[in-house]
Formats: sequence, structure tokens, C-alpha cells
Amino acid sequence: MKISPARVWREKGSRYRLEGSKCKKCNRVFYPPKPSCPYCSHSETEKIDLPKRGRVISWTVEYVVPEGYREYAPIIIGLIELEDGTKVLAPIVDVDVDKVYEGMHVEAVLRKIFEDGNEGIIIYGIKFSPTI
Amino acid sequence: MRKVHIVGVGMVRIDRYYDKGYMQLIRDAAVSAFNDVKSYEPEAIVVGNMLSSTLYNQDSLAALALDAIGFRGLGGLKVEAACGSGGHAVIVGYSLVASGLYDQVMVVGVEKMSDYPTSTITSALAQAANAEYEYIYGVSFPALNALIMRLYMLKYEARREDMALWPVRMHEYGSRNPYAQLRNRITIEDVINSPIVSDPIRLMDSAPIGDGAAVIILSSEDVARKLSDTPVEIAGVGLGSDGLDLSSREELLNPISIKRAAEKAFRMSKLTPSDIDVAEIHDAFTITALLSIEGLGFADLGESWKLVKDGRFAVGDKPSVNLSGGLKARGHPVGATGVYQIAEIAMQLRGDFPGVKLDKAEKGLAMNTGGVGTLTSVVILKR
Repeated sequence: MKISPARVWREKGSRYRLEGSKCKKCNRVFYPPKPSCPYCSHSETEKIDLPKRGRVISWTVEYVVPEGYREYAPIIIGLIELEDGTKVLAPIVDVDVDKVYEGMHVEAVLRKIFEDGNEGIIIYGIKFSPTI
Repeated sequence: MRKVHIVGVGMVRIDRYYDKGYMQLIRDAAVSAFNDVKSYEPEAIVVGNMLSSTLYNQDSLAALALDAIGFRGLGGLKVEAACGSGGHAVIVGYSLVASGLYDQVMVVGVEKMSDYPTSTITSALAQAANAEYEYIYGVSFPALNALIMRLYMLKYEARREDMALWPVRMHEYGSRNPYAQLRNRITIEDVINSPIVSDPIRLMDSAPIGDGAAVIILSSEDVARKLSDTPVEIAGVGLGSDGLDLSSREELLNPISIKRAAEKAFRMSKLTPSDIDVAEIHDAFTITALLSIEGLGFADLGESWKLVKDGRFAVGDKPSVNLSGGLKARGHPVGATGVYQIAEIAMQLRGDFPGVKLDKAEKGLAMNTGGVGTLTSVVILKR
């Protein structure tokens, strides 16, 4: 994956702070954020801070990974429902692959996502860790 | 709009062709299609393909295809909708004829995947997902489908063995299709003991990696009989979409892109799901087959796995589904697959499909989708 600094920078709110968007008309909330509402077609949304805690509604343990991700494999990918009902897709970390379960409580943590080779930039972002 | 007919089809067996590039595969499929018509004079070309840019640094694919078939000078374009590129390409070709712009249009689906190791293909296919919020985490395309499969199994209480019935049936049909990539029969045990790709998806839940090319020649109604004694009418077409990223979808087990595409195609053809005799659906993974059957209206949401278990959708049932062996066994050269499906349905209606076939099928449907049911096309054919 080719990464440029601007590409990471312009996503900083959602990538590092878990910002979503809320439709100003129907109040639906989306992560990742959308500039218009995909469901009611209203063209104005506002940024909102999403809750940092949620529970696992589905997960997969990925063994066959894309190029450049072998050092992270197996990767546990979770579909997380946050406390306000917004869904987020992100890796689940700090847990054994056979210890994830439906309804497991998790919280957002900032972790390394990817290194763009030896000389490229390192991307950080949100992953989820079991709530203690 | 004018009526549009499929007057000729051609395809190559899906396989790993280390000795053939895009041009040779396209040429071979085109010759097979040209042999299927009495005469031909294509005026434009539409190419369905997903990965030429990513894997081969090759754009301008229509020009390459035109040289491959000896028609330099004609106009054309490539259509991309990830794994759904082929079906979308046929609808673009349909539109060029229906609009009156051209009388004869050739649609090519082509993909090469076998030149590279699995990790490279995994990366390339992951481009069907959201790059900034899915791929960037190393999320593969099977992983996204695995999330949906687990949700499905949890919500509808389908067991792992229940989810293995589909690939077993597909290999049975594939074993009798001379164009199929996988012609070995398998058992439920083979499926549930195959290597894990992205839990709960295993290798035998997944379509194989292969190369292929398929061609369809479309024509307007007034010239169709000159080109073919057995033209097949395109009675309805439809498109639909869902969110690119899974997390922003309101209902993850409600395949709205398939429903939208099907509604449009059924309305246009004045047919209903119960009218369809034979269908080819998009079973890149077992879960995709189930959601396709439900999205097309052949089953209610959450019911398709039980119906499959009861033997529904097998040969002779209405509809009979994926007699080619489906993506699972016929193969899934991603951007070409939709063209294969429509060619297979046309052959079923003509009665000359060389594998498992229905007697006297009159109405058929092909459904192709890119991403996790993200961009869908439905094409309805009738004799």
C-alpha cells in the first residue's frame, strides 16, 4: 500500500480520535465519516466524537493477509458496536485468537497500523482492546 | 429503447494459463463467439475487468482487446465494478445497443490472476473494500465476508456443516462443466477440514484463483436473426449499490444492492422471481451465495441455508441455480465472471450448455456483484 503523509493527515480526526459524522437531518451517525447522508441524501453532516467503548458483534481471525501485513498475522478483525450504536471495523488486539466472543467488551486504543517499507511513514490508528 | 439480443457467446475454460496473456485469452474466447454466429461485424467493444491496472500496470484495455480480435479502430472502454465488472460491462454493452447508438457490440470479460502469489492476489482483491478504513488495517476480502458469515451463522443459527453443503453441490456441477476450473468432487468433511483463510471462511468456502475470458455478442432486434438462429433476448437489467465500507451499513445481512438491482430487472422484464427457471448467482463465498439467493427474492432473509439443506435450487428445481458449478467450481476470474454467467444462461435457454443443463428453460437470470454485495448487476434473459 502506497502511503503519503497528506493521505494520513487529512483523515486524522477519524483515524486517531474516532470522529464520526452525524446527518443534520435524520441524525444517523456514520463511521467512517461521510460528507453527505448515504440514507436520507441530506448534503450536510457534522463531525461528532464517538464513544470509545463498545462490544464485539462479529469477528474474524485472518490468516491469509495482504502483502506487507505478514508481521501482524494472524490479524483479528472485529466489527464493534460502540455504546451509541455506531459500528466500527478495526483490528482487535491484546487477546488470544480463540478468546474473542460475541458481546465481548472492548475499548479503543491508539496503535501502529502499518509501516510503508523501511523508508516510508508509519501509520497509527484506532484498534480495540478488551476492556479490563 | 430497442430490444437487445445475445446472438453469440464464447468462453475459454478457466484455468492457470502461464502461456497466455490477456490478448491470447481474449482472442480465444472471441473466436469461440465468432464461431457461434452466422456473421459478425462488431461496431464497439466493452471490456469487463478488475485487476489489469493493479497487477499488470495496464490500462486502455479496450484497445488491447481490439487488437487481440483484429478490430483496431473501433471504439470501446473498460468497465470496473470489482468482482462485478463483467455483469456491469454487459449492461453497458446492452445500453449501447438499446439506445440505438450501435447495432452490434461485443462484450469481453477477461482476468488474469495466476501469474502472482496468493498474497499479491489477496492485496489486489482487497481493493474492492474501503482503502482508508478496511484495507489499511490489512483486512482482506475474505475477512470482510467472514465477518458477515459469522453474523449470519449467529443470527440464523446455521451450523458450520450446513454452510458446507453449497460448495459440495457446486463441485458436483463443476465436475460436469468442461469450462470449469475445478472438476473434482468434494465432501462436507473436505470443506470443514480445509485450511482456514479467515475464520470461519475456509479454502473450500472460497472461489479459486484463475484466468479466464468470455465473450458475448449483442445485437439489435432487427439484425439478430441475421446473426443467429437462436437469439436470446435481454428482457431486463438492473444495477444496485451498498456502502463501500461494512461498518456504515445499517443492516449487514440485508443485501440492498442485490435487491435494488433485482427489482429494477424484474420490473423491466415484467417477471417475478418465481418465473425464473435457471439462474447463475455470485457465490464467491458460501455466504455470498446465501445472500444472493435471498436478495434476488428466491428465499426470505435468513431462510436460504435451510432451503439449500432441503435440496432446493438444485438441478430441476425452479429456479435451478449455478448449474455451471458457480464461482466456487466453474471459477472466478473476477472481472470476467459476470460475462461467463450471462453466456451460460444464454446457453441454458438455447439448450446447448455443455454441462448440467435444464430441459426447456425459458427464463434465466444472472447476478454478479463486486465487493461484499457492494455493486450488483442483474440481467434477465428469455427465449
